[in-house]
Amino acid sequence: MKAFARAVWVVTRKDLLIETRTREILFTTVFFALACVLVFAFGFVKEGRPMEDVAAGILWIAIAFSGTLALGRAFERERQGETLRALLIAPIDRPALYLGKLLGILILLAAVEILIVPLVALMFQAALFDHALIMVALLVAGTLGFAAVGTLFAAMLVRTRSRDVMLPVLLYPLTVPVIIAGVRGTAALLQQPADLPMARAWLSFLLFFDIVFLTISLWTFEPVMTE
Amino acid sequence: MLNRLFVPLAVVAAAMFAYAPFMILNAPYEATMGLVQKIFYFHASAGMGLFLAAFVSGIGSAVFLFTRKPAADRVAVAGAELTVMLGLIVLVTGPLWARKAWGVWWQWDARLTSTLVMWMIFNAYLLLRRYGGPGSDRLAAAVSLFGMANVPFVYWSVNVWRTLHPTTSVIPSLKPGMRGPFWFCVVAFLLVSTLILMVRTELEKRRQELDELYLAVED
Repeated sequence: MKAFARAVWVVTRKDLLIETRTREILFTTVFFALACVLVFAFGFVKEGRPMEDVAAGILWIAIAFSGTLALGRAFERERQGETLRALLIAPIDRPALYLGKLLGILILLAAVEILIVPLVALMFQAALFDHALIMVALLVAGTLGFAAVGTLFAAMLVRTRSRDVMLPVLLYPLTVPVIIAGVRGTAALLQQPADLPMARAWLSFLLFFDIVFLTISLWTFEPVMTE
Repeated sequence: MLNRLFVPLAVVAAAMFAYAPFMILNAPYEATMGLVQKIFYFHASAGMGLFLAAFVSGIGSAVFLFTRKPAADRVAVAGAELTVMLGLIVLVTGPLWARKAWGVWWQWDARLTSTLVMWMIFNAYLLLRRYGGPGSDRLAAAVSLFGMANVPFVYWSVNVWRTLHPTTSVIPSLKPGMRGPFWFCVVAFLLVSTLILMVRTELEKRRQELDELYLAVED
């Protein structure tokens, strides 16, 4: 168990080390998320005022879009350096490799969200911080669900042609429940007054989704990644 | 065994499809919806075929992923293509009925959304197989497996909103005159689905054999 946790951490640390040196994925993803929010602002702002109920949708779509970008870039790096094969022949368990990559993506997306959530709250006059604890829980659970499926599929697609377009094509239909639950849960919090039981119901739904999809991902990562 | 049965079964299926319109024509009119209700005979039957095909594909993919038996993969491809085809029938006939019954073409209701998402996942499966290059068969199998696990989540999450689609309890409450044509259509669709699955699986087998022969010649 200790060796497993160490293997996970080694993989994560490797990704974080590369990222802290280049900051490529972090910077590009943050600005991509910002560009997303800007584009939506043009679509959903009327006479200088945001329409009702759009903040939750914009926030989660920005997370999903920039998450896809980060996933693609994180594995593109492995492909360019031809290091994925090296990772696969390393004497560590496949699930440890998957969890290590997942953890790296999660830390990266957390950094993006720390910047993008206050920005959406500010620009769309959304009270995202009135119930900060449950909002953070929704973000963590939603991002985990999205990244759990995303890491598996991004890893799979590294070796295929047309991977850039295939990742969103596969990922968005599969993560529809995460988007619905995230948006609905956030919208319940943004209501005046906030609908806390509804937000909690969506949170528990997200947690259930996380458990099921994390389990299937850990289970399928080995057969999918073995040549 | 299956091959010998195939031609007679295909003839039966063709005869059933030719006769189905007459049965539907003679079935009684539904009181509130009138003529447009008759779409239901094909819509619900195609829907049953759709779930059968998706289930076959999902199970085939799971078996292929963990045992690597090529036969399971062939069944999975056949199921996925049939799912996309029947899904198209369901998704076209549904809105035609909905326009008349609900006044709108589309509603983001649980059944509609989960059917659309499932249809998209199987489209992604076929796209991946066609454009993914070598090794994409196993990746596609994972897509199918995840797609199957996904459908209950989509269904539940949209069901929290209001649901408009008639529930499955409609079927036992059908009028006696409608029941006969309905089950006739269901049997016809399921029979055709099974036959298409068989042919497509066989076709995939020959295609794979041909691929192997090409490779052998090149060596």
